[in-house]
Amino acid sequence: MNLLEIKNLKMDFGKNAEAARAIDGVSIGIGEGETVCLVGESGCGKTVTALSIARLVPTPPAHYVDGEILLNGKDVLKMSQRELLQIRGGVVSYVFQEPGAALNPVFRVGNQIMESLKLHRPEKATKDEVIRLLKLVGIPAPESRIRNYPFEMSGGMQQRVMIAMALASEPKLLVADEPTTALDVTIQAQILELLSELKQRLGMAILLITHNLGIVGDMADRVAVMYAGQVVELAPARELLRRPLHPYTKALMASVPKLHGGAERLSAIPGNVPRIGNFPTGCRFAPRCPIAKPECSDKNPELVQVEPGRFVRCPFWKS
Amino acid sequence: MTGGVILIILYTIALFAGFIAPYRYDHNDTDNSFHPPNWPRLHQFHLVVARYGSDNDFHYQAVANDTKPLRFFVHGDNFTLFGFIPCSIHLFGTGDDQYPTYLFGADQYGRDIFTRLLYGSQISLSIGIVGIVLSFVFGLMIGGISGYFSGATDTVIMRFCELIMSIPALYLIISLRNAFPPDMSSAKVYAMIIIILSFIGWASMARVIRGMTLSLREQQYVLAARSIGQSHLRVIVRHILPNTFSYVIVAATLSVPYYILGEVVLSFLGVGIQEPFASWGNMLTEAQDPNFLQRYPWLLAPGAAIFVTVLAFNFLGDGLRDAADTKSL
Repeated sequence: MNLLEIKNLKMDFGKNAEAARAIDGVSIGIGEGETVCLVGESGCGKTVTALSIARLVPTPPAHYVDGEILLNGKDVLKMSQRELLQIRGGVVSYVFQEPGAALNPVFRVGNQIMESLKLHRPEKATKDEVIRLLKLVGIPAPESRIRNYPFEMSGGMQQRVMIAMALASEPKLLVADEPTTALDVTIQAQILELLSELKQRLGMAILLITHNLGIVGDMADRVAVMYAGQVVELAPARELLRRPLHPYTKALMASVPKLHGGAERLSAIPGNVPRIGNFPTGCRFAPRCPIAKPECSDKNPELVQVEPGRFVRCPFWKS
Repeated sequence: MTGGVILIILYTIALFAGFIAPYRYDHNDTDNSFHPPNWPRLHQFHLVVARYGSDNDFHYQAVANDTKPLRFFVHGDNFTLFGFIPCSIHLFGTGDDQYPTYLFGADQYGRDIFTRLLYGSQISLSIGIVGIVLSFVFGLMIGGISGYFSGATDTVIMRFCELIMSIPALYLIISLRNAFPPDMSSAKVYAMIIIILSFIGWASMARVIRGMTLSLREQQYVLAARSIGQSHLRVIVRHILPNTFSYVIVAATLSVPYYILGEVVLSFLGVGIQEPFASWGNMLTEAQDPNFLQRYPWLLAPGAAIFVTVLAFNFLGDGLRDAADTKSL
């Protein structure tokens, strides 16, 4: 049994006539200790999918139409408020995009880590444990750092504190929602290195959300590419990077600047991401797809397994 | 910061009122009705207090060469310091009722206005603080809940706040006062005044806090706090409300005068603190009569005390606002 199994998740924003489907039939599984990357453009539903794992999307305006999210075999969508408070932090922890905004500006960082400890490991809610956690995430001189306010730290340090906070409850799954987007490149590398090292040491699974394909190769075991609320390709990371099958994945990879590529013009995907609630009929990528055929606009293709472990939502993946 | 210093002095005096005041608040001497202020004079390196003689129409005249030295730590009326330490030593006095030390004169019943001013300050100054704490705790909690949950909860709570705010405060105070029995003990009246004033005061606070919460709840640290499994209530209390404190402290300071004045109004109208207990409001009741005012202007002393206190709170509030507001220089 997988640690996390999202099955055919469908979620709307708004109700009845105004309902806009933000997630449309997403299915992803994460095994124990596995790293899965969720890749896609802004607004494709990555973050909402990730937040759904602990039911952190406010309902209303969101509401779940169909599907289940099995965490340790229990459906998160059917959990009581009390159970939810248990799994948040207890089973799944989050690291967010902007560490500066995700730490409460009026509390010392030590206290914020302590909060997490008090909730999930009250017997370990001591100053020593906070210091140990800060050491674990590589903060120098943690004894004095616990008395710092978030604004007294650099972005990279703040993100390390966030990670320490997430780890304090010893989760089985760490969801990192673009953890490096707000940081500069050298710090990005350090944070990612820290994440993979912690994963090795603590044996937790990671769901990494990113729109940076460069990260995928370093970190991921498997990759799910999302477009317009749907998974369009799901594959082991290496194979996906070596041989993308879905035209969207191909286009995405073509728009990554190459280090040794020379000076040719950087290719971009033409057109815009369709707005939620206003998706084209048929294949959602068809209007922007270089290999689109007339029949693509008629029916949205299913996500089908084309090779062992490889799923693609495009009948023309061979071309 | 002048305001702060003045307030610290005022509150310290209020705390030691029984000791600093030369008499007890209900020490009356009908021979000395409307006795004029009687400051000690310096005479041959001694502070001395003069004796006053009077005719039947309360015209007082200092008796020449009849003085008594002012003494410090003098034995006088019994009182309890801080409400539980029995004590009878006063900071100054003559120890002789023939030579009264009425710094601000005496009232109709020959009670020392300075003494009653100090005892009154205990009530008037504490009512502001207690009232603020009570109404702000309510305002913060209700505003926080309203803003955090938004939607229907928000609508209901906010309409209720507007209902309370739309009633003219004075009528509400008086009608609420009439809902309680008229012959209540002073302690009960004190509690009642605070409750009534807080009942009116929380609504405007709740509305501002609700607005701030609406914006604060979208902050990522709220999501982060939720993501480690903190309950709604805990998120409101621990993460949202502390972020409003820089505003709240300023607003609280600036609204203390409202409570002090509220007590003054109630007592002035005769529905607040009852005689013989002193409060600045019921002391001013005597100053209603223009005849008295003309002849005995020292009856207005509580008015001056109110003026200084309210001004000090406003100065302090302004100072705090400048200190808390990092945007303007």
